[in-house]
Amino acid sequence: MKPAWSVILFTTLAGAGQGLFLALVARDLFGGAPVAFVVCGAALALGLLAAGLVASFFHLGHPERAWRSAVMWRTSWLSREVIVLPLFMALVAAYGILHWMEWPEAALPVTVLATIACLALFVCTAMIYACLPFLQEWRTPLTVVNFLALGCASGLSAAAALAAWLHPPLASAYVAAALLVGAFAYLARLAALARNARLRPKSTLATAIGVKHPKIVQIAQGAMGGSFNTREFFHGRPREMVRAVRWSFLVLVFPLPALLLVAGGNSAAVLSGAFLAQYAGLLAERWYFFAEARHPQNLYYQAIA
Amino acid sequence: MTQLALVIDLNVCVGCHACVTSCKQWNTSGEAGFLSDDNPYGADPTGTFFNRVQTFEVGEFPNTETVHFPKSCLHCEDPPCVPVCPTGASYKRAEDGIVLVDYDKCIGCKYCAWACPYGAREIDEHQKVMKKCTLCVDRIYDENLPQADRKPACVQACPTSARIFGDIHDPDSEASRAIRDSGGYALMPEWGTHPANHYLPRRKTALPIHADELERHDNPLKVDGQLPRPAPDEPALDDVTSW
Repeated sequence: MKPAWSVILFTTLAGAGQGLFLALVARDLFGGAPVAFVVCGAALALGLLAAGLVASFFHLGHPERAWRSAVMWRTSWLSREVIVLPLFMALVAAYGILHWMEWPEAALPVTVLATIACLALFVCTAMIYACLPFLQEWRTPLTVVNFLALGCASGLSAAAALAAWLHPPLASAYVAAALLVGAFAYLARLAALARNARLRPKSTLATAIGVKHPKIVQIAQGAMGGSFNTREFFHGRPREMVRAVRWSFLVLVFPLPALLLVAGGNSAAVLSGAFLAQYAGLLAERWYFFAEARHPQNLYYQAIA
Repeated sequence: MTQLALVIDLNVCVGCHACVTSCKQWNTSGEAGFLSDDNPYGADPTGTFFNRVQTFEVGEFPNTETVHFPKSCLHCEDPPCVPVCPTGASYKRAEDGIVLVDYDKCIGCKYCAWACPYGAREIDEHQKVMKKCTLCVDRIYDENLPQADRKPACVQACPTSARIFGDIHDPDSEASRAIRDSGGYALMPEWGTHPANHYLPRRKTALPIHADELERHDNPLKVDGQLPRPAPDEPALDDVTSW
């Protein structure tokens, strides 16, 4: 598949925003977070989500019709995501406002609802990819686990940086949580990589055109200058670049940020660096996620002549 | 339940692309708007098509066979592209099983194209909506056309009759009979999409003729000329009549 920057930005930004919100809620559970920190955290989470939402609009050919996409929630994960995302954003805004007003009785039910919406949004976003049976690289529960765990890890890193800046006593707890969740997310991503490395494509040219012969070569694909099919489903990058992207995300998603988190102490600058490095790693990770997926339609577009 | 479909006979398809051009002509001229092209006369022509003819070489030289393979939307009975559409723009008609896109509802998110294992959907790069074969839905029901013309444009154009159009749920239709009698098959059956369009396989065409088939030993036409006419009292060919 060709990685689409709009979708890469949306899934990573929204994931970080959702993770940051869950980090704030986790702090709520133990109590004792100053109002300014919670409100700023909610605002930052909302900003990340809004940036993701804006990015996602660039994926649409007709953004002015986007409102229509809430219709088919019974069957489409994309439609469910379109409903849950603004709902979650509204709940995060309400969460921030109620904390700012210091009205805990009202904040509690909003927090519960927002947490449910947050988890639902992770599931919806991941299931958009995991529900397609013939994209075998995506068709695994690990896709959902990875979207959830990587989002939480980046959100916790952001929370650590924010805490170091606004309320340093909280930073060490967030750093520990970011390391723990980050390590889990990293292992889950490695598991997905190992799984996908051993995948055998179910479809072959023989099943694609129904000729039972082991040796079939395409001579012509019916178009000389390419088509939507050649532009949308091939990343068109050399193998070396794909491999380099994989190595870069394997370094940036966890090992480097972990080093910075451990070494950073209460320094807002270093912890922010850890978050930014991890976010850059997540961009590479999502790029690779798309590039790695081999769509069976590519069997029909092997040669131009 | 009706399920309209095409049955494509790979045994007689000669890869002439008449179905492609005829499809493009009909569907770029309809009231649903044109199918946009870029650089149609330039170095890298590209555009939106509902139908493509691809060519494959099967086997190893010198024992190779060229297979021309027309590919369009297969109008799956269980279409994976329909449930994923967030707006309901992509839908399957209950009355005849045609899978269609409502261009006025499509938001151009391309999710349906990702969900089609056959690559049958192409986005219109200028109108920014997803397009695909409609089985010429604006033609097959048009009562202003003579009955013989109420067929998809590709079927009308095919010079070798490689494309059969009909209801594959009607066991007596020409399409159903072709699938049944000539080993019709579906593409990528492994994904459970149950494509309505079927393909008929290539067949070995052999005509063995033995010498005794060229010359019947009782060939009366030759024998008549060579033998003398029997006398009236002699037995004739059937031992009953005489000349």
